[in-house]
Amino acid sequence: MSVYGTDKRHHTLTVLVENKSGVLARVASLFSRRGYNIFSLAVAPSDNSRFSRITIVVDVESAPLDQIMKQLDKLIPVVSIRELDPSLARERELLLATVEAGPDSRGQVIQLVGVFEGKIVDVGPEQLTVMLAGAPSKLDDFEDLIRAYGIVEMQRTGRVALPMLDRADHRGQQADGTAPTTEKAG
Amino acid sequence: MELTGAQALIKSLEMQHVEVMFGLPGGAILPVYDPILDSSIRHILVRHEQGAGHMAQGYAQVTGRPGVAMATSGPGATNVVTPLADAYMDSTPLVVITGQVATTAIGTDAFQESDITGITMGITKHNWLITDVDDIPRVVAEAFHVATTGRPGPVLIDIPKDIAQSTMEWYWPSPEDLDLPGYRPVTEGDPSLIREAAELLLAAERPVIYAGGGILKARAADALRELAERTGIPVVTTLMARGCFPDSHPLCLGMPGMHGNYTAVMAMQRSDLLIALGSRFDDRVTGKVNAFAPDAKVVHVDIDPAEHHKVRRADVAIAGDCRLVIEELLLALNALGLPHAESTRGGSGGAPSDAVPGAPAEAGSLAAGFPRERLAPWRSQLGEWQARFPLVYDQQPGAGPLKPQFVVEQLRDLTPDDTIVASGVGQHQMFASQWWRFDHPYTWVNSGGLGTMGFAVPSAIGAKVGRPDKMVWAVDGDGCFQMTAQELVTASSERIPVKIAILNNAYLGMVRQWQEMFYEERYSEVYLSPDLPDYVGWAEAMGCVGIKVESPDDVATAIDKANSVDDRPVVVDFRTDAFEKVFPMVAAGASNDDIMVDPSLLGGGR
Repeated sequence: MSVYGTDKRHHTLTVLVENKSGVLARVASLFSRRGYNIFSLAVAPSDNSRFSRITIVVDVESAPLDQIMKQLDKLIPVVSIRELDPSLARERELLLATVEAGPDSRGQVIQLVGVFEGKIVDVGPEQLTVMLAGAPSKLDDFEDLIRAYGIVEMQRTGRVALPMLDRADHRGQQADGTAPTTEKAG
Repeated sequence: MELTGAQALIKSLEMQHVEVMFGLPGGAILPVYDPILDSSIRHILVRHEQGAGHMAQGYAQVTGRPGVAMATSGPGATNVVTPLADAYMDSTPLVVITGQVATTAIGTDAFQESDITGITMGITKHNWLITDVDDIPRVVAEAFHVATTGRPGPVLIDIPKDIAQSTMEWYWPSPEDLDLPGYRPVTEGDPSLIREAAELLLAAERPVIYAGGGILKARAADALRELAERTGIPVVTTLMARGCFPDSHPLCLGMPGMHGNYTAVMAMQRSDLLIALGSRFDDRVTGKVNAFAPDAKVVHVDIDPAEHHKVRRADVAIAGDCRLVIEELLLALNALGLPHAESTRGGSGGAPSDAVPGAPAEAGSLAAGFPRERLAPWRSQLGEWQARFPLVYDQQPGAGPLKPQFVVEQLRDLTPDDTIVASGVGQHQMFASQWWRFDHPYTWVNSGGLGTMGFAVPSAIGAKVGRPDKMVWAVDGDGCFQMTAQELVTASSERIPVKIAILNNAYLGMVRQWQEMFYEERYSEVYLSPDLPDYVGWAEAMGCVGIKVESPDDVATAIDKANSVDDRPVVVDFRTDAFEKVFPMVAAGASNDDIMVDPSLLGGGR
């Protein structure tokens, strides 16, 4: 089971914000104040040092997406918001996990990491730390499978996403796979 | 020119044409208070920072200009939290400046440190913590821009003591220097949506204009009046919009909502088209949302697109400034053939069914027969409701208990037509809104969204500072008065002659009303006593004239006396009937269809 629920339940917002202190707090405070649920949130500088990009996966069952976007847009440091429909976006996430891998199971864990094209980033006598980057659903599958061996610690980054590129087979959806940027509100 | 941060801050306020500010100094803001001595800005020293905030609100509500308040760090700043929350709910432009501990001390739990930008994040339109003295003029310019444009609202600037003390080279930013890449308020409505709205207007049979506070913010009262008169569509004015359309106009139905009058509430319930202009479908207006105006299509004009579809899905949602959109709407109506109408004025507040038919429209145009012929049955229905379910109360002369509604009516009749009325929150607020006749915009100052008890006294003072040419009365409750009355000391020492009418029923009256009606008359913690405190003595101790009124026969004399005092505040302690309840009433969570009118209208006794 995905931590994000079904695709229908989550939507990904990619939010360009001014790179100023306190912006993340404003976004987080807005979500908590208005009762919007966040599945995951990732922040990083954008290609322009004045701005950062926040990728938020929101639970659209907690509030209408339209309301979430408009309220978010009212925050002064929010410059623009794009909604990425999961079916029209490339979503990626990174997982780090320390897995029980004693002499009996070590070979199987290594094999599993190989099948998923992950990497082993640390090796201990009884444990391995593995890394996997990929589509969130792939990470879900991997997580389910390694759980059998015993997960000591695990972290996932939350997803980042970009729209699919314009190709003829994208079913005539909006060319860049995004919903239009919201109008700014006073 | 080299200035300290403090000097730059005050100079920046002068550049914004600030003429008055309300505040109270303290440790962290001390440097900023020094250049005030050399400034053209009048500073009014309050007795509590909450008073400063509410005064700034009153000033802003009657002038349309941003109110400015100042406080020190820590408790000074947290005392302004309530006015900020209040201004945020009611979209009042406010610029609040708070001192902060030195940047080196931030985060160390220093003396009088509080994270005021964090605390006020959700109740300001935006806030700034200044960390570089060179930012001061730009941030002040940004703050005023954000507070006053788009949907107005409060902003806060937090200035650490060391920043105020360090120096900078003075500059004043041009509009292009403002660093607000994410702030682009929309003002002009989408023409195709405006045309759609115009078509809905012309097709409607039971339309109602649902005018909200946005009309006043957009200074759109004249445009609204033209729209109503041209189309013959009746208008309800929400609590925040009282005065934006004259109560004495034949098309005015008065206030809707939980304590609105029957006709205003029912007009919306039975409407087939609500034209919401700068209103936000507040729960106090809609009652149970699922049962609100079930047959109505909705045209919703608001400068804040986040209000669209938030509570009620709109059929046509127009983001834009109310005045600009109404003006465009009138042009669109012209293009669709709406006849230029004669004035519908001339009625005397009765049913709006006496209008003259409009000039004949071109055959085949959408507007043929519109508006007056088509709206005639609707207006006659409204007139019937008005006649059947008026606002009522029963004032016995002489010895009978003094009715609060009678006091408001007497005040209304014995003061100038354009008197500004401020109120607190509770029964007295509803009585004031119901029984005053608001014929002018910007004459009603109240706390609508947040419902802040104690709002009346300080906001009346702020209003009087903003409009010294007008008489300002506060209609207050005894519970409310006790929350902020000390600001009358401010008013006395600053010679701000406001007048306060306390409707003193010795109870937290609205809570008492709910306990009577919904809690089986189990009165829990609502009794206050009529004469503890001694209001007259208290008023006199604060430098005011104090008058006590117990009999209906003495009301007029007391008001006349109060009106004649122009050199100090006056407090009139009206001892009113504690059993009086506000009607009509829609119980919390109930449908507006279940509106309870005054029992006497249903043949029962009062």
